[in-house]
Amino acid sequence: MTIATDLTQLSPVKTESRFMNFLKKLKDNLARYYKGNPAAIIGSAIVGTIIVACLAAPLLTDKDPNRRVARGHQPPSAELWFGSTRAGKDIFSQVLYGGRSSLTVAFTAAAIATIVSLLVGVTSGYMGGKVDEVMMAITNIVLVLPGIPLLIILAALLGEVGPVVIAMLLGFTGWAWGARVMRSQTLAIRNKEFIIAAEVMGESKWRIITVEIIPNLISLVAGGFVGTTLYAIGAQAGLEFLGLGDASVVSWGTMLYWAQSSAAFIVGAWWDFVVPGAVIALMGAGLALLNISIDQVSNPKLRTGAYIKIWKRMKADVDAKRRGAKA
Amino acid sequence: MSVQRQQDEPIIEKPSIYVEDLVIDFALDSAMFNKKYMRAVNEVSFILKAGEALAVVGESGSGKSTCARALCRLYEPTSGKIYMQDVDVNDKKNKLSQRQYAKEVQMIFQDPFGSLNTVHNIRHHLARPLKIHHPHMSGDELEQRVIELIERVGLSPAKQTADKYPHELSGGQRQRVAIARALAVGAKFILADEPISMLDVSIRLGILNLMADMKKDGIGFLYITHDIATARYFAERTAVMYVGHMVEWGNSDSVTQNPQHPYTQLLISAVPEAGIRKERKAMAKKADIPLWKPESKGCPFAERCLQVKPECSQAMPPVTQLAEDHFVRCYLYEN
Amino acid sequence: MSISKQPLLQIKDVCVDYVTDNGNARAVNHVSLDIHPGETVGLAGESGCGKSTLAFAISNLHNAPALISHGEILFEGRDILKMDDEQLRAFRWNETAMVFQSAMNSLNPVITIGDQLVDVVLAHKDVTPAEAYAKGEELLQVVGIHPSRMKSYPHQLSGGMRQRVVIAIALILRPKLIIMDEPTTALDVVVERDIMDELFQLKDKFGFAILFISHDLGLMGEIADRIGIMYAGKLVELGTADEILHKAQHPYTKGLVRSFPTIHGPKVRLEGIPGNPLNLLETPEGCYFQARCSLCDSECINNMPPLIQTQTEPSRLVACHKVQPTSVRVEMPA
Repeated sequence: MTIATDLTQLSPVKTESRFMNFLKKLKDNLARYYKGNPAAIIGSAIVGTIIVACLAAPLLTDKDPNRRVARGHQPPSAELWFGSTRAGKDIFSQVLYGGRSSLTVAFTAAAIATIVSLLVGVTSGYMGGKVDEVMMAITNIVLVLPGIPLLIILAALLGEVGPVVIAMLLGFTGWAWGARVMRSQTLAIRNKEFIIAAEVMGESKWRIITVEIIPNLISLVAGGFVGTTLYAIGAQAGLEFLGLGDASVVSWGTMLYWAQSSAAFIVGAWWDFVVPGAVIALMGAGLALLNISIDQVSNPKLRTGAYIKIWKRMKADVDAKRRGAKA
Repeated sequence: MSVQRQQDEPIIEKPSIYVEDLVIDFALDSAMFNKKYMRAVNEVSFILKAGEALAVVGESGSGKSTCARALCRLYEPTSGKIYMQDVDVNDKKNKLSQRQYAKEVQMIFQDPFGSLNTVHNIRHHLARPLKIHHPHMSGDELEQRVIELIERVGLSPAKQTADKYPHELSGGQRQRVAIARALAVGAKFILADEPISMLDVSIRLGILNLMADMKKDGIGFLYITHDIATARYFAERTAVMYVGHMVEWGNSDSVTQNPQHPYTQLLISAVPEAGIRKERKAMAKKADIPLWKPESKGCPFAERCLQVKPECSQAMPPVTQLAEDHFVRCYLYEN
Repeated sequence: MSISKQPLLQIKDVCVDYVTDNGNARAVNHVSLDIHPGETVGLAGESGCGKSTLAFAISNLHNAPALISHGEILFEGRDILKMDDEQLRAFRWNETAMVFQSAMNSLNPVITIGDQLVDVVLAHKDVTPAEAYAKGEELLQVVGIHPSRMKSYPHQLSGGMRQRVVIAIALILRPKLIIMDEPTTALDVVVERDIMDELFQLKDKFGFAILFISHDLGLMGEIADRIGIMYAGKLVELGTADEILHKAQHPYTKGLVRSFPTIHGPKVRLEGIPGNPLNLLETPEGCYFQARCSLCDSECINNMPPLIQTQTEPSRLVACHKVQPTSVRVEMPA
């Protein structure tokens, strides 16, 4: 058996081409993700559009969301696309700038919750024994605490809480479910032979967790992040609607708060509450679709790919031929 | 006591692993007091020599996999010793020899689909152990060694294989990668736990032949299997285990062609032989395989043996040497 | 055992396709096979050869993305593929039963085995529950299990006993054909031996036909009258057990037979078959075995070898350009 000593056969380890390889792999992975996955396409489109619009707020509107620019409760018009609030502020601008606040809080909360759940779940699942028992006891307690009432009480205790505090509240109370999911998946992986092989080979526990186990959990992490974002948007809007947020900061939730306290429903100024509500719902739908699409990637059996249509057509043809031949 | 070492045999020059009276118990519950145990391995002794293979044959519950895992130090022996070159490998004070042992004894597993991590390519699987055990190896040298290993196990073209991910390889190819990984760590002994039983039939011989070639390079094998035919084909020596006890062992041909223990005879007669429909007389009584506990006494096969004698349920029979390399533990041969 | 001339089951030119986003994989490729009453036919091959797919097709059990796209399966003259749901229900288990590889996958873990036996009887026969229960006890005794185990749950039985229960469930309606898909692969060799011996006795007693699917040629040689070898969805050789094991003609069959080291034979270095199984989404123009065959030449690369009769017996068939036929050419469409 000749051994390849021809050095031209060795792959170049230069940094530049490693980067190009990485980009190419990224492109391939994205293509694979979107192919035949309508949930991914639509979900990304919705979420992407909303995020980009909020980031590009100064380009899309020249009105300051905090200043009075028109008479109160003006219906939507060419000048004010979404009408104005009771205080005469432009709702369109408020949606865009308020979105920045809402989305930042939501993503931060999701990030906190995902990181904590990953750390707790994987450590608990991998270490087993006493560590596992203690961590699971804590997780179960946090899980059982009623979420929204706890948030209300905490928020009320702290007075009016700004977005940062809300993000932290949501993050540190919303990790428990994800931790359980990460733990059970880690347990499933933990007994696979490649983990035993890594241990026997002398790999350190820390490296096993970060290099061998966590990469297998990527789709769970992504799904958990998206799901927690969805939860955080709704929870934040709920808290602010109840008046527990900082009402002077513009966000989708406070827009609802002001709409309610200015009796928009009664006076018929539907645009005041429909617009923020619709945006929240739309964002939620987009995130839910993204979540579904991630599930489909990790479990190909859930896919509703093009092959089903082809199969149905072929089956109909074959059945027709058989029935024809029978008669 | 030790039965494989002849009294005047010199300390073995080639590297070897010597297992003496290994006992492994597992807890059946998690009670604090009065814990119940089951005995998976009961006073098993054997030698693994470099460049040779020892097959351990048995059915499920025989304890053969547990032995292999104990040899890998995945399980702590309840009692008994494992020596590598006359050094006790479980001696906690001797850290250096523990690390050395970990390097030189590696395991390959039954399931080719579970033994590789699907998120890493083959290059990573082989480069990691090289980096752990040779921290000063440079990038180019590392790559060269990876390519060498891939070619050593018969996979080509090597560079393309290195870039592939496990799901792009067949079961046989993955098993070859697992063997390459064991070599990358620096294994001198490979514990193979049913390495081919989940592979396609036509692929199995390729893997066995690869392992036979590696024996010529001085690698010693512990070959765990339920398939006696491949044990005879691949291993110079065979040991038969039943419910945690080694009941017969020695030269593979002696044990398979001339089995003496009633259990071995039952096992050999049960193997289908191409197209020959044998008239089989009952070779054992129908009984469940017993759960062995530390307090259990006697020969585990006593309940099923047709030639059982009163002493069989009293104590485990002593070792009888039938030929130069053929040993059995059975009261039928006690002299 | 006299084999009557009229076949019980006729598989005629059947194709089963798996529809995927990357194209159609033809898992069973124009396969024809006859099984006569009381006969045991073995189907051997490795993973991906299509033997299990064919077994599922016989009871029309396939769901998306699998599709039986061509051919007929005639059971006592009636085409199973043309049956509607009612007729299929009456057909399944009454006429044909299946025993799968892993008993734990076939048995419901939360129902006692007695209830599972009774369910099967009540689903197909108009009897009282008490009569069904008595039938269940009878069958358990037939397979060597004490009737008191009717009240046990599957996890309370050993692996061998569970497989016996599965065989009892298959036999309970006295079907004419039993399809066994690797029934003993997951069992220890001693248990496997006991079950095979009992199966033989049951077959002698009840006279059912068996389609025995396995990769273990040695085991198949003991129980089968005829053996068919499948590779990449095609039937490449068919003959009596003796002919296949000792006078194989197709290179794949020869390689397969040589892949089993024996306990008592001479100890020689065996080679198995080089290469890897074929990817069904990338099939070549010619013979599917070309990449692994030592006799391959340009004819093999370009033309698919037809399955032809090579001896005077019509049931000795081989699909290989390198095997000379001695009589009439029975051409199967490629």
